[in-house]
Amino acid sequence: MLDNIWLIPLFPLLGFLINGGFGLWKVARTGTRPPKPFVYCVACGSILLSLLLSLSCFWALLQLDPQDRIQEVEVFSWIHGPAVQTIAGELANFKISWGFQLDPLSAVMILVVAGVGFLIHVYAIGYMAEEEEGFYRFFAYMNLFMFMMLTLVLANNYLLMFVGWEGVGLCSYLLIGYYIHKKSAGDAAKKAFVVNRIGDFAFIIGMLMIFTYFGSLDFTEVFHGVEEMFPMPEALWGPLCWIALLLFIGAMGKSAQIPLFVWLPDAMEGPTPVSALIHAATMVTAGVYMVARSSAIYSRAPDVLFIVAVVGICTALLAASIALFQQDIKRVLAYSTVSQLGYMFAALGVGAAAAGIFHLMTHAFFKALLFLGSGSVIVALHHEQDMRKMGGLRKHLPRTWWTMGVATLAIAGVPGLAGFFSKDEILWRSFSNGHPLIWFVGVLVAGMTAFYMMRMMFLTFHGEERLSPEVASHVHESPSVMTIPLVILAVGAVFAGYLGLPAWLGPNVFEHFLEPAFETRYHAAGETVHAAHSTEILLTLVSVALAGAGIYLAYYFFLKRKEKAEQLRQKYAGLHRIIRDKYYVDEAYDFLFVNRAKGLGRFLSAFDNNVVDGAVNGSATITQISAWLSGQADIHIVDRAVNLVAEIFEFLSTVLRKIQTGLVQRYALFFVIGIILVISLYLYMGV
Amino acid sequence: MVDVTHYLILSTIVFSIGVVGVLTRRNVIIILMSIELMLNSVNLNLVAFSDRLQDLSGQVFAVFVIVVAAAEAAVGLGIVISLFRNKETVNVDEIDLLRG
Amino acid sequence: MEAALFYILATMLVAFAILTVMASNPVRSAVYLISALLSMAGLFFLLGAEFVGAVQILVYVGGIMVLFLFVIMLVSVREMEVQRKVNRQWKTALVLGIVLSFELVFLVVRGADIFRTDTVGQEWILEAQTLNTETVGGLLYSTYLLPFEIASVLLLVAMVAAVVLTQKQL
Repeated sequence: MLDNIWLIPLFPLLGFLINGGFGLWKVARTGTRPPKPFVYCVACGSILLSLLLSLSCFWALLQLDPQDRIQEVEVFSWIHGPAVQTIAGELANFKISWGFQLDPLSAVMILVVAGVGFLIHVYAIGYMAEEEEGFYRFFAYMNLFMFMMLTLVLANNYLLMFVGWEGVGLCSYLLIGYYIHKKSAGDAAKKAFVVNRIGDFAFIIGMLMIFTYFGSLDFTEVFHGVEEMFPMPEALWGPLCWIALLLFIGAMGKSAQIPLFVWLPDAMEGPTPVSALIHAATMVTAGVYMVARSSAIYSRAPDVLFIVAVVGICTALLAASIALFQQDIKRVLAYSTVSQLGYMFAALGVGAAAAGIFHLMTHAFFKALLFLGSGSVIVALHHEQDMRKMGGLRKHLPRTWWTMGVATLAIAGVPGLAGFFSKDEILWRSFSNGHPLIWFVGVLVAGMTAFYMMRMMFLTFHGEERLSPEVASHVHESPSVMTIPLVILAVGAVFAGYLGLPAWLGPNVFEHFLEPAFETRYHAAGETVHAAHSTEILLTLVSVALAGAGIYLAYYFFLKRKEKAEQLRQKYAGLHRIIRDKYYVDEAYDFLFVNRAKGLGRFLSAFDNNVVDGAVNGSATITQISAWLSGQADIHIVDRAVNLVAEIFEFLSTVLRKIQTGLVQRYALFFVIGIILVISLYLYMGV
Repeated sequence: MVDVTHYLILSTIVFSIGVVGVLTRRNVIIILMSIELMLNSVNLNLVAFSDRLQDLSGQVFAVFVIVVAAAEAAVGLGIVISLFRNKETVNVDEIDLLRG
Repeated sequence: MEAALFYILATMLVAFAILTVMASNPVRSAVYLISALLSMAGLFFLLGAEFVGAVQILVYVGGIMVLFLFVIMLVSVREMEVQRKVNRQWKTALVLGIVLSFELVFLVVRGADIFRTDTVGQEWILEAQTLNTETVGGLLYSTYLLPFEIASVLLLVAMVAAVVLTQKQL
C-alpha cells in the first residue's frame, strides 16, 4: 500500500486534466459548458480518492515501528545534471528525482490537506452553483491546486517541494483572479503572486546554497550532510544560518508573515471556498511545513530560530490589532489567519515544532469552518460582505450560526475545544523554553483574538438586523451541500484537540507520533526552564482568563452598550484610523516599491519608444536618406556620365561632320594629299 | 640624247598640271578636260616605255586607255547634261547635295 | 634632230596644257586641249607609235573633243564670264600640285639610271614602217582579243548610258 503514495497527488491531477481539457474542448467546439454533475463528480471524486488513499497509507504507516516510519517512492528520475563541485571539494551530480516520501509529518499534512480539501470541494458545489460560465475552470484549478499542494508535502527533495510551492502560488493567482471581470480581483491576484515571488527568490538562493554545501537537494541526504558538517549549533551568520534565513524568507512570502503579509487580505477577492482552502487551511501553511521539515537545519541555527519566533509573534500581534477594526467579514478572517500563522512560526521558533504542526491542524479545521460559514452568510445575503449591513442572522441561518459559533470559541481558546489545546501548547512551550516575552505577547494576542472573533459573531448573528430591505426578504439557510461540510468541520474543531493533551492532562499522542520527524536536539537560544505542571496550569488559567475577558468585552461593546464602542472610537479617532487602515503598510509599499517599479516601467517604456523605436525609425530614416542619396547620385553622377559620353560623341560628330562638305573637289584634294603622303613615305623608306 | 627619262618627266609635269586643274577649276567640263590631260600623260608614259623596251603591249594598252577615255567622256558628259538640267549650273562647288 | 623635235613638241604640250587649265572660256579651254592632244600625237609619232598617234588624233581629238564642244555649247550659261573661275581651295591645290610634280620628278630622276641605255636608232621613225600598225592589229586580234571584245562591250554600255542619262524623263 505504501508503494502507492505517488497516486495521492495523481488523482487531483487527473481531475484537473479531465475537467479542464473536456471543458476547453467543449467550449471551443460547441460553445456550451460541460454538464455540471460531470464536473462536480470528477472534481470531488478525485479528491475523495486521494483522501481514501491517504487514510489507508496512514493506516499502513501506523503498522510500522516508530523508527521505521518512513517510506520513499521514486516515480522517475527527473533531472540528471552534470557533476558540480561542492564547498567541501567533492563532486556531486545535480540529480533530482520525482520522488515522494511518507513519514509522520507528511502523513499529518496529507490528511489535513485531503480531508479539509474534500469538504471544501463539496461545499463549493453549493457555493458556485450560480456560476454558469467558468465553473469547470474553477474546479479544474481547485484540482490543480490539490495536486500541487500534495506534491509539496509529499516531496522527498527541496526542488520537487519547490515545484509544488510555485504551483500553489500559481493556483492561488488563478483562483484569486477567478472573477475575471472584476479588476480588483485581477489586481489582488497579481499582488499575491508578486509578493510570493519575493519570498521564492530567497528560497531559490537558499536551495542553491544547500546544494553547494551538501551536494544534493534530497531531504535524507541533506539532513545527513548537515549532521556531519555541523555537529554543533552554529553561531550567527555562518552558511547554515544563511540557508535557514533564506528558506525562512521564502516561508515569509508564502505564509504571509511580516513584511510579506500584505497579499493575504487582498486575496479575499477570490471566491470564499478559495479563501478557505488556500488561504486558511493549506497553502499558507506550506511555509510552516517547510520550516518544520527542515528542522535539522534550523535546530543548528538557533539565532535564526529566534528571528523566526520574533517575526512570528510580531506578525501575530500586528495582524490581530488590525483585525479588531475591520468591517468586511472576510477581512477579519484573513487577518486572523495571518495572526494564527504567526503563532505557528512562534511555535517553531521556540523549539516546539510539534506544537506548531498541531496548531496547523486545528487551525485548518476551525479556520476553514469559519470561512465556509462566512461564505454561507455571504451567499444568503446575496454577496454582501460588510458586517455593518448584517445582524440578527441567527434566526435565519441556524446551522451556519452554531457551526461558526463552535469555530469561534475554538479559535478564541475556550477550554475543551481544539484551539485551546493547540494554542496553549504553544504558549506553554514559549514560556518553558525560555521566552517569557513571547509568552506574554502570545497571551495578549489570544485575548485580542477572542475579542475580535466574538465581535464578528455578534455583529453578524446577533443584535438588531441591519440588513438592506431587498436582502432581508430573501435570506434563508444554505443548502445541505454547503452546511453538511460545516457540521463535519465543526466536529473536527471540537475533537481534534484531544490528540494533543497537555502534559498535566494526559498523553500527547500527536507529539509522540511526530517525534521521529524532528530533530531531538531542538532548541532555541534560551534557557530551558524546567517547570512543573503547576506552572503550566497557572499559565493556562491566565490565558483562559484573558480569553474570557476578550469575549466579555466583545459582548459589552457590541451587544450591550454599543454606544460605548462609538464613544471610544471617537475619543481615539486617530489611533483607530491608523489601525483600521492597516498601519498604512500597503501605502508605504506602494510608495517605496510599487511606484518605483511603475516608474521604472514607464521609463523603460519611454526608452523603448524613444530610443529603441527611435533607433529603428532612425535606421529606417537613414535607409531612406541613403536611398535618396543613391537616387541623387544616380541622377547627377551616373546620368551625367552617360550624358557626357553622348555629348562627347555629339561634339566629335559635330566636328567631323564638317568634313562632309558635299563638294567633290574637296574630296579630290584629300586624295591628292594622300597620294603625296604615300609617295613621301616611299621616298622616306628609300625606294 | 632624248631618252625615256625626258618623256617621263614630261609625263609627270603634264599629270601635275591635270591634277591642279581638277582641284582648282569650278567648271565641271574643264575638270573633265583636265582628267583627259591626266589620261594622256599616262598614255605618253606607256608609249615611251613601249619604245624603250621594244614591247608593243604598251601601245596596245595605250589604245585601250583611249577607248576607255572615250567611254568615260561620253558617260561623264551625259551626267553633266543631266546635272545641268536639274541644277541649272555647271559649277561643282554649288553642288553639295551630299553635305552633312 | 629628234631632240629638237622633242623639245619643241614638249614645250607646246606643256604650254597648251597650262592654258587649258587656266583658260576662262570653256571653248577656249577645249581648243587648247585639242592643241595639246595634237602635240601629244606628234610625240607619239616621234616615239614610233604610229597607230596610237593616229588613234589619238582620230578618236581623241576627232571624237571626244568634238563631244566636249557640243556639250559646252549645250551647257553654256550666259553669265559664265562674270563668275569665279577657280574655287576656294586653289592655293592649296596649286601648292599640292607643285609638290606632287616635284616628288614625281624626283622619283624619276632617282631611277633614271635604270632606264639609261643606248637609244635605239633615231632614224627609226623616219623609215617607213608599216609594220607598227599591222603588228598592233595583229596583237589586238590575238593576244589581246578578250580585252578588245570587252572594250567594245564597254563602248556599247557607254553609249547606252549616255542615252539613258540624257533622257528628259529618267
